[in-house]
Amino acid sequence: MNNFAGTATLVRLALRRDRVIIPVWILVFVSMAAGSAKASIDLYPDVASRVSAAETTNSSAALVSLYGRIYDPTSLGEVSLFKLTSFGALLVGLLAALLVIRHTRAEEESGRLELLSAGVLGRYAALTAALIVSAGTVIVLGLLTALSLVGTGLPTAGSFAFGLTWIAAGLAFAGVGALTAQLTEGARTANGFTAIALGVSYVLRALGDSSADGGSRWISWFSPIGWAQQIRPYAGDRWLVALAPLALLVVLVVAAFALIRRRDVGAGLVRPRPGPATAAASLRSPLALAWRLHRGALLGWAFAFLLLGFVVGNIASNVDGFVTSEGAKDVVEKLGGVESITDAFLSAEMGMLGLLASGFGIQAALRLRSEETALRAEPLLATGITRYRWLGSHVVIALVGTGVLMLLGGVGAGISSGASLGNMGRQVPRMLAAAVVQLPAIWVVTALVVVLFGLAPKLVTVAWGLFGAFLLIGQFGPIFELPQGLMDLSPYAHTPRLPGGDFSATPVIVLAAIAFALLVAGSTAFRRRDVG
Amino acid sequence: MTSAIVVSGLHKSYGSTHALDGLDLEVATGEVHGFLGPNGAGKSTTIRVLLGLLKGDEGDVSLLGGNPWHDAATLHRRLAYVPGDVNLWPNLTGGEVIDLLGRLRGGLDPKKRDDLLRRFDLDPTKKGRTYSKGNRQKVALVAALASDVELLILDEPTSGLDPLMEEVFRQCIEEERGRDRTVLLSSHILSEVEALCDRISIIRRGKVVETGTLADLRHLTRTSIQAELSGAPNGLAQLPGVHSLDVEGNRVRCEVDNAQLDGLMKQLAASGIRSLVAQPPTLEELFLRHYEDDTAAEPVAATR
Repeated sequence: MNNFAGTATLVRLALRRDRVIIPVWILVFVSMAAGSAKASIDLYPDVASRVSAAETTNSSAALVSLYGRIYDPTSLGEVSLFKLTSFGALLVGLLAALLVIRHTRAEEESGRLELLSAGVLGRYAALTAALIVSAGTVIVLGLLTALSLVGTGLPTAGSFAFGLTWIAAGLAFAGVGALTAQLTEGARTANGFTAIALGVSYVLRALGDSSADGGSRWISWFSPIGWAQQIRPYAGDRWLVALAPLALLVVLVVAAFALIRRRDVGAGLVRPRPGPATAAASLRSPLALAWRLHRGALLGWAFAFLLLGFVVGNIASNVDGFVTSEGAKDVVEKLGGVESITDAFLSAEMGMLGLLASGFGIQAALRLRSEETALRAEPLLATGITRYRWLGSHVVIALVGTGVLMLLGGVGAGISSGASLGNMGRQVPRMLAAAVVQLPAIWVVTALVVVLFGLAPKLVTVAWGLFGAFLLIGQFGPIFELPQGLMDLSPYAHTPRLPGGDFSATPVIVLAAIAFALLVAGSTAFRRRDVG
Repeated sequence: MTSAIVVSGLHKSYGSTHALDGLDLEVATGEVHGFLGPNGAGKSTTIRVLLGLLKGDEGDVSLLGGNPWHDAATLHRRLAYVPGDVNLWPNLTGGEVIDLLGRLRGGLDPKKRDDLLRRFDLDPTKKGRTYSKGNRQKVALVAALASDVELLILDEPTSGLDPLMEEVFRQCIEEERGRDRTVLLSSHILSEVEALCDRISIIRRGKVVETGTLADLRHLTRTSIQAELSGAPNGLAQLPGVHSLDVEGNRVRCEVDNAQLDGLMKQLAASGIRSLVAQPPTLEELFLRHYEDDTAAEPVAATR
């Protein structure tokens, strides 16, 4: 058992390092499930309202491919939570895999694992410890979710089956993370492989679910997310399906252990290729470097946004059909608050794209801090470039990048909704406008990162917390009837609701001015503080 | 003689830690200046203030005639810096990093770049994440040495290099001296400083405690003496400046302050000298003397 020596110590180390982030994630998932159950339960007071909502969902290929099928139209639990089953499974899977990679490959890449390996540490200890932490996290997460759902009044067995869907997806992708962590020398690439696996898994499920009855629905069975969904919580509670992701976990972990036996510490299976011996003539400015560092991520995001735009625009053509129940209309009204239901849907979805694009903006701006703490800013700042130029390089990528993402999302949504509604010439510019008006709020949130970076660099990740707070206020504020003053704190609350709503230039200009002021404050503060 | 670097009365605190406590440092233009001290003495903090990365709390700092905090970017075009911890971007090759850093400084000599790559035996096509510590350091060294600058600031540049590469590094610094470039070389490797530097400053707990040429500093130190006499020695213990006296019959071992060497020799000669070995102080001894009270009183050095 020498190969496992030190596992317990590493588990404690991982829990010590993640003692804040793991509970926060668990809390986010549990409150997401309970909050959305609570909010939806009231929408479907009787069986008839559920059946009609379920039937409209099941008859829209776009919705079924996005969320999955509703198997029991009479089930309150399933109708309330079906949007979270596969989507939540995707996110839990991502969390589980990232946790494994964070405590294996990322540690190995940084050289910290080597430091520990020189002590009494078995070859398998790091991976075993990471798997224990990751599996433990998703199991606790699933059980607490189940309990919180029971607390909202949903059936006990179904609630635990729902928790199990997330646990199942989490375990399967913990295995995926264990394998991808062995393949490459860089943790970022391993994360990328995992994201691809998650994407493929989600698409396979979408293909299978949206196939006609008796058609190729079996495709969903090639997807761990499909397995999670096939547990069918509140609609039969098929517990045994969870054996499939468990079996996948075992297979992947055995394979990962086999790879560990064959490789050196620090090495991967995919050999890094040599690159150019001299820099391209264009690599001569901080901005050129920032582009090199961000371009891979930006390309991935850009592709996702174009695709999301198409999906959103495509669903829009079905919206009039599926919002038949009074309750659902009510929700859409609350989200959009405008006359035309299609426009309300589109404007709500463009708001979602705006939130997602903020994720890229925050991440790109946070690169400032990670470059600083990794001591990669220091040699650059010791050359002839000013601090403003260095800071500006990453900020430009963050601001222009979010602009490109929103434009692509708008174009995608415009083309696909225009094609299905038959008025392309009108829809494309409308959706582009709807996408562009999101930008000032996105830039305010991105600029908050820069202010924190300048004034309180150690607290820079608080930006994610602020973003989460704005998100919760926006999503649940109207449903929980929070005071308007509180809801107005979120920059997203001031974005004009396009298409369909009234456009007013004032909030857009004010938001842009706030973003600009925050950027100036942040960069001035950075110029005045110590680096390092 | 002009000065490339003048620091006087520099203070810098991090919270309750006084990293620099009234530091004075002067580096003349064209000299190779050794900046010597143990880990945590404040070498890197001083260098970061010189680069305008940190703002000193108190005191005056002048670098190449300018203020490093206010004119950072302008001054940086005239200097090259090699950090103690070199981290590279994982997906850029070493060659790309060398070119990028060189261009941001205002250009580098391609012939010298190729020559240095060959001498340091560095493969420029490897990605940043695949380099060892020593190779990352070589990337920064090549980028600095190939740049056309007046001042080189090197923070423990050889800490990851093997002895062969250290030798290459020494040759390179000798060549830089020939080109009249100013070099500030921080190190805790005494032999390196002894071999390369015109003058040294010794830093201890945020203060420069000694500065001068090696010869200047040696006069402050003791010569160790081993002698065999024809008769029993007498009166040695009463002589001023004699330390660690050890007498075994006619054999004498001791250390003597250089200023008192004359008195000791007369006393020894009075007993008749058969053989005599006198060793000049090494930098190691010089160094140890400055830290022996430290190590006794404070076994744990302050970090950073």
